[in-house]
Amino acid sequence: MRFVFKTSYAQDLGLFRDGVQRNWYLALLVGVAVLPVLVPAYVGDVSLVFIYGLCGLSLMVLAGYTGLVSLGHAAFLGIGSYAHVYVTQDLGLPWLAGVIAATVIAAAAGVIVGVPALRMTGVYLTIATLAFALIIQEVFARWDAVTGGLKGKAVSKPVIFGVSFAGDNAFYFLCLVVLAAGLWLTANLLRSPTGRAWVAIRDSEIAAQSMGVNLAVYKTMAFAYSAGLMGIAGALFAHKIGFLAQDIFSVLLSIQFLLMVVVGGLGSLHGAIFGAVFVAMLPVMISQARDALPAMLSQPFTLFGKAAGDTVFLALDRFVKQPGLEPGIFGLILVLFILFEPLGIYGRWLKLRVYFSLFPLYKAATFRRQKAYMRSERLR
Amino acid sequence: MTFFAADGLVINFGGIRAVDGVSFEVEQGQVFTIIGPNGAGKTTIFNLVSRIYEPTAGTLVFCDEEITRVPPHEIARRGIARTFQNIELFEHATVLQNLLLGRHAHKRSRFLEELVFLPRVRALELEHREAAEKVIDFLDLQPYRDSLIVNLPYGVRKVVEMARALCTEPKLLLLDEPSSGLSVEETEDMAFWIQDIRTLLGITVLMVEHDMSLVSAVSDRVLALNYGRPLAVGTAREVQEHPDVVKAYLGG
Ligand SMILES: Nc1ncnc2c1ncn2[C@@H]1O[C@H](COP(=O)(O)OP(=O)(O)OP(=O)(O)O)[C@@H](O)[C@H]1O
Ligand SMILES: [Mg+2]
Repeated sequence: MRFVFKTSYAQDLGLFRDGVQRNWYLALLVGVAVLPVLVPAYVGDVSLVFIYGLCGLSLMVLAGYTGLVSLGHAAFLGIGSYAHVYVTQDLGLPWLAGVIAATVIAAAAGVIVGVPALRMTGVYLTIATLAFALIIQEVFARWDAVTGGLKGKAVSKPVIFGVSFAGDNAFYFLCLVVLAAGLWLTANLLRSPTGRAWVAIRDSEIAAQSMGVNLAVYKTMAFAYSAGLMGIAGALFAHKIGFLAQDIFSVLLSIQFLLMVVVGGLGSLHGAIFGAVFVAMLPVMISQARDALPAMLSQPFTLFGKAAGDTVFLALDRFVKQPGLEPGIFGLILVLFILFEPLGIYGRWLKLRVYFSLFPLYKAATFRRQKAYMRSERLR
Repeated sequence: MTFFAADGLVINFGGIRAVDGVSFEVEQGQVFTIIGPNGAGKTTIFNLVSRIYEPTAGTLVFCDEEITRVPPHEIARRGIARTFQNIELFEHATVLQNLLLGRHAHKRSRFLEELVFLPRVRALELEHREAAEKVIDFLDLQPYRDSLIVNLPYGVRKVVEMARALCTEPKLLLLDEPSSGLSVEETEDMAFWIQDIRTLLGITVLMVEHDMSLVSAVSDRVLALNYGRPLAVGTAREVQEHPDVVKAYLGG
């Protein structure tokens, strides 16, 4: 195992644990930079991963770090998308103005949700955000002048300071840069008093308050920052999908964002990215499985005759083509992760790393969850 | 001058009057202990002082200023810090992060500066770190700096919570049952620390405690409560021998 030798307090303020870790991230960056050359077919999918990465980051700040679970984040994404498109296309302002408008308007919406949410905790808050998302979706459908209503709205390709980012590769790098910036800003906050205050609110509101954290201010700030990030993601997302329709920003999308942070691993920036990869790639995998699975699974049944094989094939085929299957699978995965791997993919990854670095000495008990006594009545 | 005074504190929870007309005064530099049977209202008094509960009647004065209507997050800035009976640490953070949060009352960086982590933020963070390290040295927490709270034994958590409170650089420290759940040796350490906090750091201590040997060892004054009402005030010995207190504990 690598031991980090600390010789100054400043060392703990770095973004990376040590030089070795920094070099790994540099290597990753180089890898991502040459990816379009290596696998050109996946450039579009990976751009979506980057955009989802921003969304994951956004919800990670709110749910993973501040402990406020939102089921309405697709609404902020939509607000960002529509604001960006309205400002750049209908008002004809530059791209950057569009992104700034998207960020500011989404953040303002975050404050509007955050302030009444101050009085709510846990599942009530989640329901409030869900209600907000449903209202916003209704607004998208009816506010013809801005959103194009039910007809929707076509989105043109991004042109920034006269440079066109219409090509897949150019857009890929645009998304990469924005994601990297988002990661940097968020990591900065998390190593500052603001980030610590968020974590404190997540773990014990009463202690945070007694240490001088103004709950109202910091919760609202978490909402605003999270929604602002979502707004930026929305601007890119609009370009990515090319056509805005109100039903895109549905509850299902919000559930996917939540899935992202839970599956990735609550309370870590790595988790947001792992989750984004997972959620962006899952539909691709599901659709591939949809085509291949019935034939594969019915194969053994042909041993009992062609009729048996055909029956099984048709039954399976009907099953996998059920319209509700995708959300069902998302929900199932969410539940399984909460039950068996609360630390998410990132937690799994850490365990793997420890396993290899300790190799012959690894004990299964290392990560066995200890029984902790439940905190009873909080204030007493 | 009045350092700390509670006057006629009353709080009702539905039908229960958990604190019923409690008045006491703590002088600067004292260790003042509140004792009483379970459910006497000791923790409720702490929650009133840290402004988590709204008193039904009564006033609180700290350093000649009335704090009865000050919002709870202002209390730390005024110089009152506390620990909790059931330990309220930030469990999924490291010891160091917990202590640094204790510095929150001294936060001077602004959001936008933090967003880009200006050199000023870095310098302030280093200052906070120095302050936290002093407390770490004081309470011998060096081995646990980077451990997550969830992985620490109970005794260490108690010390970390006290350390976090000290990081706010309080004038008045509220300790809710500092020795509960500790072994005999740990309780002895705790007694020495409480004395050091008073004599070396010059911090006044207001404490709730059941362990009478610890109470006698460190307290200057003791207040006994039962059913939210004060029974006796005085030195540890005077209070222990007071007939009403004896009756309350023996259930007479
Ligand atoms: N938030 C609350 N709501 C309703 N009743 C409460 C609340 N907080 C405290 N009480 C009641 O007030 C009374 C005093 O409780 P408190 O926690 O102050 O006792 P305590 O002296 O700290 O006891 P212990 O020694 O067990 O810690 C109890 O009867 C308790 O049930
Ligand atoms: Mg108590």
